[in-house]
Amino acid sequence: MSLLSLQRTMAKAVMQPLTPSENMSKRAPNGGPMAKYAAGFIKPNDRLTSFERLEIYNRQYWWRLMASLVEDFPGLQAILGNRRFESLCKAYLTDRPSRSFTLRNLGRDLHSWLKKNPKWAGSQQSIALDMVRLEWADIEAFDGAAEEPLRSADIANSSVATGCAPSRGRRQSKSPAADLRLRLQPYVQLLKFQYPVDSLVLEIKRFNDDTEFLSNTFRERRKRKRVAAVARLKPKTIFLAVHRVDDSVYFRRLESPQYGLLLAMQKGKTLGQAISQVFAKTTKTSAADPAQITEWFRNWSNLGWFCALEPNPRKISKGR
Amino acid sequence: MPANRFNGFTEYGIGIGLRSPHYNHILTRKPVCDWFEIISENFMIDGGRPLHILDQILDQYRVVQHGVSMYFGSAARIDREHLRRLKDLVRRTKTPWLSDHLCWGSVDGRYTHDLLPMPYTFEAARKTAQKIRDVRDYLEVPVAVENVSSYAEFHVSEMTEWEFLNEVVERADCGILLDVNNIYVSSQNHSFNPFDYVNSVPAERVAQIHIAGHSKYEKYILDTHDHPVIDPVWKLYDRAIQRAGHTATLLEWDDSIPTFREVHNEALKANRFLAKSVLARAV
Repeated sequence: MSLLSLQRTMAKAVMQPLTPSENMSKRAPNGGPMAKYAAGFIKPNDRLTSFERLEIYNRQYWWRLMASLVEDFPGLQAILGNRRFESLCKAYLTDRPSRSFTLRNLGRDLHSWLKKNPKWAGSQQSIALDMVRLEWADIEAFDGAAEEPLRSADIANSSVATGCAPSRGRRQSKSPAADLRLRLQPYVQLLKFQYPVDSLVLEIKRFNDDTEFLSNTFRERRKRKRVAAVARLKPKTIFLAVHRVDDSVYFRRLESPQYGLLLAMQKGKTLGQAISQVFAKTTKTSAADPAQITEWFRNWSNLGWFCALEPNPRKISKGR
Repeated sequence: MPANRFNGFTEYGIGIGLRSPHYNHILTRKPVCDWFEIISENFMIDGGRPLHILDQILDQYRVVQHGVSMYFGSAARIDREHLRRLKDLVRRTKTPWLSDHLCWGSVDGRYTHDLLPMPYTFEAARKTAQKIRDVRDYLEVPVAVENVSSYAEFHVSEMTEWEFLNEVVERADCGILLDVNNIYVSSQNHSFNPFDYVNSVPAERVAQIHIAGHSKYEKYILDTHDHPVIDPVWKLYDRAIQRAGHTATLLEWDDSIPTFREVHNEALKANRFLAKSVLARAV
């Protein structure tokens, strides 16, 4: 048996799902008996059969990967409950085995997979999809690249106010600020949700901090209460920026025009184009307020969300 | 060997693995610790807290990189993205040597995230050695390969594990990260004398030694890194030090991690063997 052939044979068995009682399946990947399959390439010893030796690796594989998904998607677990979450993870990992050298990327395809396989979340598909997107954004924001941030003064000097698109019927005075292009930091994630899933994630984080030293029984009891609260979560459109400050990830709720502006800027629109796009269809009462927009940009730049248009090859993680 | 070409001619003493529960203690108390070993993959990212912490550690301590997913023994080609990120990290840490495992873990682009045992064949030794050479040439840093603990043996094997290790490191002309706990675990699981293993390793190639604890089950031992080092493992360590000399030593503790002080004190127990070895050489 060649090296490649042996590795394919073993990997197929190791990655095959465990039985509900967490044993190795008695049926091999080739459809035959697993005992025979294992004996074909693994030696038994005086204490363990070939099947049992292979089973150690099979269990380790699933326990390790499941633990990683539990760590990365506690919100999804809270929504679905332990048993359905476990079934979903098993199905996901079977369909989409890891294709990255790092477990950090294990949940990378979970959203697209769940979208195509709605049965695993059932009636909670919408909220589950929202939660997966948020929890993946949390991971991306945590260790995403950071460029040199533009200072507030750099933005202020561009006089955002004069670049604002006016409400309908007024002539727009084109200024240099209207042509300003800003890039959002790579770690800033902009998201729109149908459910206020950020509240749930924050609640879970608080729960984990509060109950770190509690007994398992007490934790479980409180967890069940929390899951019941999740079931009552009502749909409500929210806009969110997932970002980080001093190395900690934060969720910042945005108003619809704020989200629209930032999204347009992220897509490479100029400030003028972004403002026109966001406020073009608004009524007079909700038209662009230059002072307010200037304030928004000041806040965002204070958070370090903007960076120069051309990416700086030197990452600034050091010394932040 | 106190300093050799496989550990960048460094004279490192006793270190411990850098783990997140200890970050705060290390950065605020600045305890004396000769060096830290980092898991490379935890820092092969673009930014954020892990790199910020690492940079602060690098300002004050010596750091050596240890990988868990290079999979020198996988038949597939090396992931170029993995290598590129690893090289960025090597530049950042200036690690004097770099280690990863003599194992496989991926096939056809699918990763098991486990350290799977090698079939001890000449084909595997040849392919693995070539991959080690390629990685070393690309990273431009000495490479040491670590023996893994295992729970299975293959019918196709043509030699013992230590013969395979020797075959690979001679062909690759690389160093060895000798994990004496892994030798003990495998010796119990496969019924061989662990001293035969330690006595067969080319001492001049040992760049570093790992010590750790493990968990004993009814029919096998699992390498869990969640206990103190047991006496039989210290005896193997003693023998390894007798052969290789005062070698960079690292305690791995990855689960149920106690305080920094407890982990460091456990690691410092190695001093009694290192001191003995220095005395023996002086006489």
